[in-house]
Amino acid sequence: MDRNNDVESTVVMDASAMAATLNSMAMAVVNGNPELESLVLLGILRRGEPLAKRLSALIEQTTGIAPPVGALSTTLYRDDLHARSSANVASRSGETYFDFSLEGRTVLLVDDVISAGRTIRAAMGEIMDYGRPKRIQLACLIDRGGRELPIQADYLGYIVHTTADEWISVQLQEVDGEDLILLHERCDK
Amino acid sequence: MEQAAPTFWTKKDLIGIRELSRGEIELILDTAPQFLAVSKRISRIKRVPLLQGRLVVNWFHEPSTRTRTSFELAAKRLSADTLSMTASSSSHVKGETLHDTLANIEAMHADIIVLRHSCAGAPHMLAADHSSHIINAGDGRHEHPTQALLDAFTMRLALRENSANKDATLDGVNVALIGDVEHSRVARSNIFALTKLGAKVTVCGPVALLPAQVEKLGVRATTSLKEALCDADFIYALRIQRERQGKGLFPSLREYVKLFRIDRDSLRFAPDHALVLHPGPINRDLELSTEIADGSRSLVLQQVTNGVAIRMAVMHLLANSQSRQL
Repeated sequence: MDRNNDVESTVVMDASAMAATLNSMAMAVVNGNPELESLVLLGILRRGEPLAKRLSALIEQTTGIAPPVGALSTTLYRDDLHARSSANVASRSGETYFDFSLEGRTVLLVDDVISAGRTIRAAMGEIMDYGRPKRIQLACLIDRGGRELPIQADYLGYIVHTTADEWISVQLQEVDGEDLILLHERCDK
Repeated sequence: MEQAAPTFWTKKDLIGIRELSRGEIELILDTAPQFLAVSKRISRIKRVPLLQGRLVVNWFHEPSTRTRTSFELAAKRLSADTLSMTASSSSHVKGETLHDTLANIEAMHADIIVLRHSCAGAPHMLAADHSSHIINAGDGRHEHPTQALLDAFTMRLALRENSANKDATLDGVNVALIGDVEHSRVARSNIFALTKLGAKVTVCGPVALLPAQVEKLGVRATTSLKEALCDADFIYALRIQRERQGKGLFPSLREYVKLFRIDRDSLRFAPDHALVLHPGPINRDLELSTEIADGSRSLVLQQVTNGVAIRMAVMHLLANSQSRQL
């Protein structure tokens, strides 16, 4: 963050709003998947994974079925490693891990924010290397616009279209100690 | 969330460990675990698309099975196209220079050249004048950097798996290199890598096989195996190059076996937790007994497994970082 600029932050979602949003997303997932037994959740590291665990727990509360949850690290499948000027895939945010087959299942990808869509493209490429799911769905807490690929979420929490001077930060209890989503705006003098 | 200050890869080539900083060595070691997971996948596809569409040329002027197949497999697991050339099948035998051969390979748009050559300095010479990424797969008696990287990775992984500390480093760890240190590029690269990573290295062998003034590299030297092993956490048996036997460097293989072989008897000198490595190919029962090589204290096959992951990490870092040197 540039120290010469002021940054204004507004709350997009506090803890109770996030809980309510996740609850309605979980209900939508249940409605969208009559065959709940074949559903598996893959959370994209780092903040998609705790969200996937919460969705699974919420689904279990209403249906009694807890879909299995895994973690997906998409770094080895990204198409922009080169452009990042560092090919740094040193495993600091964790590695892909799940212990169930994807063959013939419905995979629900879970991430905190969707923007360009390139993470989701990378995740789908990786999933295909692990097996052939029957279908892949996508759940995102925030859509901040700026899509570069034709990818949309099937289950969406909230839409905030950000400008070039704005960015979103997502904090989760499991990773950051509290549930809070902020919209930051850089105010040039 | 970046926890540590990230070190970025900036070098075009990997020629030797001597030129690398500790941070660069650790970046390679930290990049390898994800690739190890790719090789161990139970899914259909043990491959990631990081070098898709790129061409890796394995150019070997010396016989090699392990290193060449390891590099080839690493390239394939990164989805690269691979091409193998050996000295006997190349125009080298018709008198073409290395520069000309490489210029021709580059004219076909190769991205990474893996070179093994009997002349020390050959990869260095080519790297300076050519734009492709050159990886030294062993040059004369100079260096064998990927071997040292996979050895350090194997030791660090063993430490982490055998202790509660998942971030254990080689700082203060004792490593004994046993055997023909003088003629071994593996030993040289390992000495550079291990000392940079904070390990305490002891070299041990017949006096004619220990380089003069080897202490200047920051290691302890001894001709007593007992002394070398007494505090060793890792014991690295070097290959006796039998082709050099008969040049009077040591009296007989029988004597070498008696004094320096790593076996059940000599391991009595070492702590119980000490683990054994060897770069391969093993002269069974010469420098390393079959019982130990195939036993529970041997890391030999883990070295081979980890070698593919380390070479994937090296190729990925070289080819997917924007070089700031050129």
